[in-house]
Amino acid sequence: MAAQGKIVWVSGPAVRADGMSEAKMYETVSVGNSKLVGEVIRLTGDVAFIQVYESTSGLKPGEPVVGTGNPLSVLLGPGIIGQLYDGIQRPLRELSKQSGSFIGRGITTTPVDMTKKWHFVPTVSNGDEVSAGSVIGTVKESELIDHSIMVPPMHKGGIISNMVSEGDYDLETVLATTEKDGQNIELKMYHKWPVRKPRPIKSRYDPTVPLITGQRVIDTFFPIAKGGTGSIPGAFGTGKTVTLHQIAKWADSQVVVYIGCGERGNEMTEVLVEFPHLKDPRSGKPLMDRTVLVANTSNMPVAAREASIYTGVTIAEYYRDMGKDVVLVADSTSRWAEALREMSGRLEEMPAEEGYPSYLASRLAEFYERAGRVRTIGSPDRDGSVTLIGAVSPSGGDFTEPVTTHTMRFIKTFWALDAKLAYSRHYPSINWMNSYSGYLGDIAKWWSANISEDWFDVRGQAYAILQREDTLKEIVRLLGPEALPDEEKIILEVARMIKIGLLQQNSFDDVDTFCSPEKQYKLMKLLVDFYNKGQQAIKEGTPLSDIRAMSVITLILKARMDIKDSEMPKLDQLATKMDEEFKEISGVKVSN
Amino acid sequence: MTAEGGVQYSKIAEIKGPLVVVDDVDNAAFDELVEIETTEGERRLGKVLEVGHGKAIVQVFEGTSGLSIAGTKAKFVGKVMEMPVSKEVLGRVFDGLGRPKDGLPDPIADKFIDINGEPMNPEQREYPKDFIQTGVSVIDGMMTLVRGQKLPIFSGSGMSHNLLAAQIAKQASVVGTDDDFAVVFAAIGVQYSEAEFFRRSLEESGALKRSVLFLNTADDPAIERIITPRVALTVAEYLAFELGMHVLVIMTDMTNYAEALREISAAREEVPGRKGYPGYLYTDLSTIYERAGKLNGRKGSVTQIPILSMPSDDITHPIPDLTGYITEGQIVLGRDLFRQGVYPPINILMSLSRLMKDGIGEGSTREDHSEVANQVYDAYSRAQEVRALAGIVGKAGLTGIDLKYMDVGDVFEKEFLTQATDENRTIEETLAILWKIVSKLPKNEITKIKDKYVDKYYQGD
Repeated sequence: MAAQGKIVWVSGPAVRADGMSEAKMYETVSVGNSKLVGEVIRLTGDVAFIQVYESTSGLKPGEPVVGTGNPLSVLLGPGIIGQLYDGIQRPLRELSKQSGSFIGRGITTTPVDMTKKWHFVPTVSNGDEVSAGSVIGTVKESELIDHSIMVPPMHKGGIISNMVSEGDYDLETVLATTEKDGQNIELKMYHKWPVRKPRPIKSRYDPTVPLITGQRVIDTFFPIAKGGTGSIPGAFGTGKTVTLHQIAKWADSQVVVYIGCGERGNEMTEVLVEFPHLKDPRSGKPLMDRTVLVANTSNMPVAAREASIYTGVTIAEYYRDMGKDVVLVADSTSRWAEALREMSGRLEEMPAEEGYPSYLASRLAEFYERAGRVRTIGSPDRDGSVTLIGAVSPSGGDFTEPVTTHTMRFIKTFWALDAKLAYSRHYPSINWMNSYSGYLGDIAKWWSANISEDWFDVRGQAYAILQREDTLKEIVRLLGPEALPDEEKIILEVARMIKIGLLQQNSFDDVDTFCSPEKQYKLMKLLVDFYNKGQQAIKEGTPLSDIRAMSVITLILKARMDIKDSEMPKLDQLATKMDEEFKEISGVKVSN
Repeated sequence: MTAEGGVQYSKIAEIKGPLVVVDDVDNAAFDELVEIETTEGERRLGKVLEVGHGKAIVQVFEGTSGLSIAGTKAKFVGKVMEMPVSKEVLGRVFDGLGRPKDGLPDPIADKFIDINGEPMNPEQREYPKDFIQTGVSVIDGMMTLVRGQKLPIFSGSGMSHNLLAAQIAKQASVVGTDDDFAVVFAAIGVQYSEAEFFRRSLEESGALKRSVLFLNTADDPAIERIITPRVALTVAEYLAFELGMHVLVIMTDMTNYAEALREISAAREEVPGRKGYPGYLYTDLSTIYERAGKLNGRKGSVTQIPILSMPSDDITHPIPDLTGYITEGQIVLGRDLFRQGVYPPINILMSLSRLMKDGIGEGSTREDHSEVANQVYDAYSRAQEVRALAGIVGKAGLTGIDLKYMDVGDVFEKEFLTQATDENRTIEETLAILWKIVSKLPKNEITKIKDKYVDKYYQGD
């Protein structure tokens, strides 16, 4: 029986209602005369503490609260791709039809169009036995997505009967029934799943396949694996959002879930405007055909911001269960943590560090544990992955604050954004000394198998140059560059070339925005070869000034923008030109 | 703003700081407008922060000074706070709560709008990309402002942020259009002289009749400052989205706003976040800043230039920090440049306009704009490194190319950054100076500009 109570107290997004002894923890409730959506987060006696997902302005004690009997859930079925949802899966396009340019309250809609007909192709027949998670048919959801219709994970499955034939059906059509232990269950194109509960899997794999993002500093230096976890902390203005947009655009996954959690409205608009026009570099189809957006911007009600993360990750898991690689990008988990803090404050819980609740760490851990490359349940066998990437917005750019430090405990790739680099317009401003990737060793096998056998070695050399530069910089700061011998000066020179020609990447340049793994490797190899030949030349007595004057340098530095992924031979020609110029300058020395 | 009708209660349980707790309340809503009447018959406005169990906690905008437990009456008006709006608000001066301050009667209202506004549906936003020429080279060239953007000025006490904001308000125009333009100015706890400076400057430029001023000066009640930006933005949204005007909103000083918020939070004994500011400061600020923007199918726009003074010039202080996370970039004034007498003293390396990339380029400014600006950013950042080095090893320890970068730094500050307060440069003039700076460098140092633009615009040897 659904709980029926009355509001006794209102303060911002927090509401107390009495007469709620029937209510369950995390049950969704309808609050007040305008039927706002809320969720029960604490029960004391018959008083329920409710967080309300919409503005409570004008709400009065005495107004009714009615339970729905269900936990906060998302609807999973065809029609999700290409949508822009708020934190509780209400489609914003539909909301605007009902309330105009501004978001009204108490509006009810369905997350997808229940009446739209989809072309369903059955993949099992009457008499087949299916289990939870098994695929019973497919629907072409978008140009890029073949959507598997699955037996909901909470069902037992059984023997298929009454299977419809191939044809166009809407979401409410019963496609088939299953029978097990005398129990009949109707299967439709959709089911609901509670957002706070991870969807079940059969087993997990080690993450060994890199997620190629086309961003050199990520793929080459601090890679992330499919099914891995990554975090990208940075002060404002360091380029978090641009980096996340780049990953959402170019990552080689089949589905992207982008969560704008407490961030700017215009950033979501940008994705909405831009993605339909951008082509997936692999298929040539619009990126929007593989993207789902969840937007709870900073000025939208704070409680729904807390829910948006779970809404997003549940959708990601659903597509993973079809055997797809899914990337989920959350911008920003700090705003999610702040929403937790705000509700915790109104619950008058004892605060831990900086006012955050003591369960902040466990909530972060639960979230990141939903990542993974897995074997799904049901038949046929499918492997899918959810990669979780969360932005962190540390206050004052201070990485010792609670959200950053706790996040670092649960993720394996850390891309530390650096305000100093951003100030000098070195983008992406990922600091190569403070960042790390726990996947490097596993992923190296993929690179040597697919790109070049010496990848790990060359990467090590390039990174060593950057490390050496970091120590030499201290000396230069105190004594000036002239205090160094030529063989150390060339380290500074090549480090500068690596920064400009490899680490920096212009997201707004048509060519540079995405860099194929092959081009990444060749650029890196070119720079490392330049260093080795340069050291050799200096050893043989060539002055550094001659090396600095080589005309090939500018060409190497601009190659990232000038040479397209389809023009790899041009990079080989550049290598030849470099060899020739080195021969020339050492030749001059010999003739003297 | 007036309050009519409603239910009156006279049992005051507690008065502390800006808060009044009213007892035996059986019909009040969260966020409802409250009219407080003192024993002397003076009327003040407030709103409900928390209601339940027969109690209502009311925040009084004009402060609780002079209120008593006995004799004070609280009337719950039955609606949230609203601002009367119509075209007649143009040219008017209001106080921090939206009541006329110029001796004229209330403007005849076309409609009453909830001052809290509603969040714009991101799906209905139009992505801002119309270049606004402010005539200030460093802004137009390096951190371009576009219509519908929120771009704050981070300043420090005593620096020239007011001059800069006034210059932008006077000169801001969109190249090639003659659309309706309006200025909404909100003074939040600033000195009377600063507010007067803006009024005069708008008057001198003839913009006063298309401006609306909301003045809460330093001697006005502090809690009123919670409302001032909201009434200002309510009017701005009305002018923009109902009357189709392009509205520039200048709000100064947001630090005073945040302090008022902290005062209320402290009085409510809430768990504080950093530096005593409430944990919801970010969310609260966003309900102000996110009201900038453009909407699909509507002509107007709301562009915000909030000004805030960074306490001790510290950009990591919670107010500038959280602001920077919400706004689309920031214009940071530098104490060093200010001391050297540079105007405008903008530290370009710390400044940024996030929407610049979409507001510039072919068709709006010029094809090479983005790349030449990137190169100058890079060069100026190198110049700063070289200057630091020269401070240690002396000029003699520098290489030839280092000296060229030092030169670039000087030319940048003297010819590009420095500008008179009444000097209005076109974007073409601005770009020409940028190329003059780039041309100080040898060609092989130019790594951020495509060859075709270098061939076309480079003037070095």
